[in-house]
Amino acid sequence: MRRAFLLVRRRAISSIPVLLIVIVGAFLLLEAAPGDAVDAYLLSIGGGDPALVQSLRESYGLDQSVAARLWLYVTALLHLDLGWSVIFGRPVLDIILERLPNTLWLMGSATALAFGLGSLLGIVAGARPGSSADRTLSIGSLALYAVPNFWLGLVLSVVFAVQLRWFPTSGIETIASGKQGLARAFDIAWHLVLPVASLAFVYLALFLRMMRAGMAEAWRQDYVLAARAKGLARRRIVLRHVARNALLPLVTMLGLQAATMLGGSVVIENVFAIPGFGRLAQEAVAGRDAPLLTGIIVVSAVLVVLVNLLVDIAYALLDPRVGASDAAA
Amino acid sequence: MTPLLARISGLSVSYRADRDAAPALDGIDLDIVAGERLAIIGESGSGKSTLALAVAGLLPRSAVVDGRIDWPAYGKAPLPGRDYGFVFQDAGASLNPVLTVGEQIAEVAERHLGVGWFEAFGRARELLERVRIPDPDAALGAYPHQLSGGQRQRVCIAAAICARPKLLIADEPTSALDMVVQAEIVSLLDELVREDGMTLLFITHDIALASGFADRIAVFHKARLVEAGSTFDTLAHPAQPYTASLIANHIDLDTPPLVSAGPA
Amino acid sequence: MSVLQRLLRSPEGAIGLAILCLLAATAMSAGAFFPRDPLSIVGPALVPPFSDMAFPLGTDRLGRDVLAELVHGSRASLMVGIAAAAVALVVGALVGTLAGFAGGLIDEALMRIVDAFQVVPAFLLALAFVSVAGASLPVVVLAIALGAWTAPARLARAEVLSIRERDYVAAARVIGMRPLEIALREVLPNALAPVLALSSVIVASSVLIEAALSFLGLSDPNIVTWGSMIAEGRNVLRSAPFLSIVPGIALMLTVLGVYLFSEGLGQALAGRKART
Repeated sequence: MRRAFLLVRRRAISSIPVLLIVIVGAFLLLEAAPGDAVDAYLLSIGGGDPALVQSLRESYGLDQSVAARLWLYVTALLHLDLGWSVIFGRPVLDIILERLPNTLWLMGSATALAFGLGSLLGIVAGARPGSSADRTLSIGSLALYAVPNFWLGLVLSVVFAVQLRWFPTSGIETIASGKQGLARAFDIAWHLVLPVASLAFVYLALFLRMMRAGMAEAWRQDYVLAARAKGLARRRIVLRHVARNALLPLVTMLGLQAATMLGGSVVIENVFAIPGFGRLAQEAVAGRDAPLLTGIIVVSAVLVVLVNLLVDIAYALLDPRVGASDAAA
Repeated sequence: MTPLLARISGLSVSYRADRDAAPALDGIDLDIVAGERLAIIGESGSGKSTLALAVAGLLPRSAVVDGRIDWPAYGKAPLPGRDYGFVFQDAGASLNPVLTVGEQIAEVAERHLGVGWFEAFGRARELLERVRIPDPDAALGAYPHQLSGGQRQRVCIAAAICARPKLLIADEPTSALDMVVQAEIVSLLDELVREDGMTLLFITHDIALASGFADRIAVFHKARLVEAGSTFDTLAHPAQPYTASLIANHIDLDTPPLVSAGPA
Repeated sequence: MSVLQRLLRSPEGAIGLAILCLLAATAMSAGAFFPRDPLSIVGPALVPPFSDMAFPLGTDRLGRDVLAELVHGSRASLMVGIAAAAVALVVGALVGTLAGFAGGLIDEALMRIVDAFQVVPAFLLALAFVSVAGASLPVVVLAIALGAWTAPARLARAEVLSIRERDYVAAARVIGMRPLEIALREVLPNALAPVLALSSVIVASSVLIEAALSFLGLSDPNIVTWGSMIAEGRNVLRSAPFLSIVPGIALMLTVLGVYLFSEGLGQALAGRKART
């Protein structure tokens, strides 16, 4: 545990400059976009006289140099002030926090499905390399890996929502149903089935292929021969010795995929009209809402960094060799 | 007449991957007598490790095997782990890096001794003590990378003898270790085999090491058995020029000889 | 046996190459077979596929020929995919080489920038860039490259770090070549092979990102793309799902072709390495 803690502390410290670079990038994006924060505010309240504009600019520090404005932007961010949204006429952070849970549910479920089912099928394929199950799963996963997720979403909704009417076509929950507690949770889960499947399948294929490749590699290791020389049951060799080691690169991939999955949620939320973080990004683009868009980028970077810290902890718990030198120092 | 543990007759092995290459073993006839310490001696590439894997039934699927191995002592092919224990050359690679030392010993007990995991770990602790690992309680929960090379090999030996097999196969168990640790491991093996009355099949390239504690020596050269006999007879009166040259040169066979040993 | 022969011998490589050749031929001959602007209205709206030989794949809700759109759409997909991957590879290889060769503070700074680009979702980055710079083909290419150059940069840096210790670089140093000269003439060419191996993955993901961007309406409205066709068909998804399904299949085949090709190429190269 101490090992994991030291590792995470080191990673957390090293991600501070990375986030600072992201913030500077976001600031440059904001500068490049037409209009500034005062324009955004005025647009949302419906305009104002020149004197008000001037005093607002001064109070926001917008009449100062670029360097000073950057400094103001960074300090505002440190106080969790992400700016003012043009299209919603509200603070950016409030809107993001409102939309984020839907996306986290979507991504979390998709990750769990992709990782769980993908590694499981990878074990089935990798348990006997070259078997017919292995070949079928390998070819199937490659085909699945090539499917664009938003298109898969459309196809799934045509088949399962429009034709079969098993699932709703859109939304996160039944509007004005008045459901509470468990009934509401089931309602949301029911709405999430198709979006989660559309988002997860590509990653499922990826995890399957990685697991399979990792197991093929592990089968060649001496410790597997040693496990056979111990006369262990095949089941134990496959699960405890081969799959256990093949799982490690998948955990790393989990961190790397966090960013692409967040990007994928933009289109999936569009397809299924889920009021989430990704859909918000698209709304910001459509409404030319630069403060909202930059806020989304900064928050998504923070999110990805946090996910990677979690992945680091999981990895350190799974691989006793990681961070051993940190703990010794 | 001492009972026979295994009889190898006409054993040939070749690997399918290089069909054109010479076979790894070519027409081997050899008996393993119960309770003896038999040393298999040969250079690298002589087929001695293939023999160890063939006896253990651990040859890769790509291997083409001819001839037979009979097990009069068991009446059937021996069960890995239960009827024989296997100690590999590289203890670092033959231990799973992400499992604790305790689990890797206890899994043998759990499989073959019909005990639960709790008792299996008890057995593992007992064995760690027996192979003289300092602080066995701490070692139970340790991972392989936290142990020294010599300690790792002790752990492998503990796992190999865990289910009290009659036969212990050790494939160059000391060649990855330095001289001092090598001597310790050999004396540990010697002691364990004596106490438990195990048969030992000891594969090595070091004729001096083998002569120290083997009852019988079998010399392998280029996939063939050159000669086999009691350690004393073979060393004192080698029947074959190759054996004689081995003794005369008293060389470490892993270092290639400066001058070729003559027409083979 | 040459790499090409090995490639053709593996089923993956042969199928992948066949798909890519077919696609390239389609893209190049689009103008010859369908000289008319694919966005022009040529017939009645919503003709179902395989019902009228004049429009083998039917027409969309404005009466445009789906087959013509599909064939012309292959151009945008291939062009954007290849161009974005090329930009990403060149920029990534240069930055990675510079970082690996310069070392010290420059290396540290460049790698933190790489990290920063990796924690921002590539798709969001592309979305933001297109929304600020306006939707046109070159902007879309740059927007996709923006999120794709980091992987080649990391790989190039790792390669350079291992190559710069080798003998021929030391020799170049001894004969007095300048560091930048050594980096560009001796190190970069040797670091390039593994970086190029990444290219197929980048092409595939670029094709998918382009499709997703145009699906969201962030592409040049005067150019037919498969993504925009899917988005257009979405309006009549209940009555005419084929309008969205057909371009999606084309998209999937393209990406599959790239993956199969790279898988076959990987096997062919590994086979060659194993022999020598």
